Amino acid sequence: MNLHEYQSKRVFADYGIPVPAGKVAASEAQAVAAARELAGRVWVVKAQVHAGGRGKAGGVRLCRSAAEVGRAAAAMLGQRLVTKQTGAQGLPVNLVYVESGSAIDRELYLSLLLNRDRGRIAFVASAAGGMDIEEVAAKEPHKILHSDIDPAAGLQGYQCRRLAFGLGLADGQVVEFERIARALYRLYLERDLGLIEINPLIVTKDGRLVALDAKINAEANALYRQPELAQLRDPTQEDPMERAASEHDLSYVSLDGNIACMVNGAGLAMATMDLIKLHGGEPANFLDVGGTATAERVTAAFRLILSNEHVRAVLVNIFGGIVRCDVIAQGIVQAVKQVGVKIPVIVRLEGTNADQARKILAASKLAITAARDLTDAATKAVRLAGRAQARR
Amino acid sequence: MSILVNQKSRVICQGFTGKQGTFHSGQAIAYGTNLVGGVTPGRGGERHLDRPVFDTVHDVVAATRADVSMIYVPAPFAADAILEAADAGIRLIVCITEGIPVNDMVKVRAALTGSRCRLVGPNCPGVITPGECKVGIMPGFIHRPGRVGIVSRSGTLTYEAVYQTTILGLGQSSCIGIGGDPVRGMNFVDVIALFEKDEDTAGIIMVGEIGGSDEETAAGYIRHHVHKPVVAYIAGVTAPAGKRMGHAGAVIAGGKGTAADKYAALEAAGVRTVRSPAELGSAMKSALAKRRRPRKR
Repeated sequence: MNLHEYQSKRVFADYGIPVPAGKVAASEAQAVAAARELAGRVWVVKAQVHAGGRGKAGGVRLCRSAAEVGRAAAAMLGQRLVTKQTGAQGLPVNLVYVESGSAIDRELYLSLLLNRDRGRIAFVASAAGGMDIEEVAAKEPHKILHSDIDPAAGLQGYQCRRLAFGLGLADGQVVEFERIARALYRLYLERDLGLIEINPLIVTKDGRLVALDAKINAEANALYRQPELAQLRDPTQEDPMERAASEHDLSYVSLDGNIACMVNGAGLAMATMDLIKLHGGEPANFLDVGGTATAERVTAAFRLILSNEHVRAVLVNIFGGIVRCDVIAQGIVQAVKQVGVKIPVIVRLEGTNADQARKILAASKLAITAARDLTDAATKAVRLAGRAQARR
Repeated sequence: MSILVNQKSRVICQGFTGKQGTFHSGQAIAYGTNLVGGVTPGRGGERHLDRPVFDTVHDVVAATRADVSMIYVPAPFAADAILEAADAGIRLIVCITEGIPVNDMVKVRAALTGSRCRLVGPNCPGVITPGECKVGIMPGFIHRPGRVGIVSRSGTLTYEAVYQTTILGLGQSSCIGIGGDPVRGMNFVDVIALFEKDEDTAGIIMVGEIGGSDEETAAGYIRHHVHKPVVAYIAGVTAPAGKRMGHAGAVIAGGKGTAADKYAALEAAGVRTVRSPAELGSAMKSALAKRRRPRKR
């Protein structure tokens, strides 16, 4: 779960990590008032969306008067901001963050994340801050510094010093960097985070270190023990389909194609998308109905995938292990009747009680196409979706 | 032979009397697994599924000489359960539980480093040696004793590979679901190394997915150390970057962990890759047939 910049900066402030003075605003008037309350002659107005690349997309504006702050906020609020990370629809800007301007000497990059290869939390730092760090990593990997933290020993002073000197910091800044790094590590552990990213961490003209941006990802599996973080969720930043799916405990990801998939198991769900593509079609979604699929869940899943108006066919692919195929078949029959499915439904069921399941589907007299195996299911789905698309 | 478990394995269940533990312990017993008891704190002294219940893993190990544990304890308590099993001297810990906080697993992995025990999972279907021992949630009836070793990050995709190899008459030596979490116990390399040494395993099917670089690491290992044929499928060619695809570990992050990269690494290591999971069984059958031919001459 991602936090907004303004939320992340409040958490930073709680942990003594330096951030610029700022205030959140939901209207032009609030933005003007925020600018007046914040001292200084330069302000930055930043659109609060769950995506990077805001600067290039017009979501970050430098302003030299309170009136200008108001105009910048008015231009952003209520709009959808499209950045290279959001997709074509963009994300809604419901809040802006008004911040005192900073005098920047240098821009650094600092993040704390999981190093999957070693199963350890790791710092990643670079003197090339303010840029796309993935691009830096790809083109100039020598500019990226890493340090993995031993969970038993904890973050060591030498690790902080290596990073600090590697970033070209000197004297008091090295001590200050260590203080910030230790606060970040404590924050990461205490709040069960999955990522902290500061890009850029700036050195101001008067030599201070300040987190000019802040990105926090709270680890989904640990939210149950982080109620304060869980409250910071902003559903307006989530894909509406994915949000609806999460209410039914369904694992769903929206895609651009026209063949909807309903599958049990994450791996098989991905494989089903791949099969559709392999046979010349385009999947409309990833959907894992999970191991405890009941008739109700399958009905909910059908309603969900059919609410996508681009869908021209539904491919149900179930390998019944824990989940019994006859239960799924009953769910499919119930859903097709209840929801009034008007597009082709292709079903492949294998595993526990598969024969019973096929009988249930055949006895239903519904327009359900049974598939023999994975390949048969994918080719039928692609063909039937293609026909349905052509009729439009 | 086989790897990790066999008919002599003395298996216990942690979370024995819970809903999941009860159901899957019953299934394991029905399959013929030597399930010697279980643990539910506070229920020690009772009997459940005609097996003794203990308060602690130490107690059940002392009483039964158990050496394998399967864990169905809920996610908030699962890391504790793993470490308890390790401390009690369990040789193989199979953690089925999904949704364990990643930071808990970071600690578990560090704590297990250097210990004698092996961890499979979490968030996995478990381990089975067909006809001998089932430790997990896989449907037993699709398996058949045979000579293909299967290792996979995905549950249902493992079943696909099992089902195909059963239908084609190859059968399985052992099947290991290593799980879909980013921080876990045994990895592809650990399991493949055991399959390479196992006399009953003639070929290895490996099912990977997007996220991380464990498939690439496995490719490097296979190139230098594995002489048996390996067939691989990677799920998630069509997965968009930055989205978690069901499994906590199935996410392309920072441009890394794509299916294309994994396929390229495996192919460079001489692994036979398939682009459709429907071809796993047939690819293994032809790989084994090719391998046998020179011996006949």
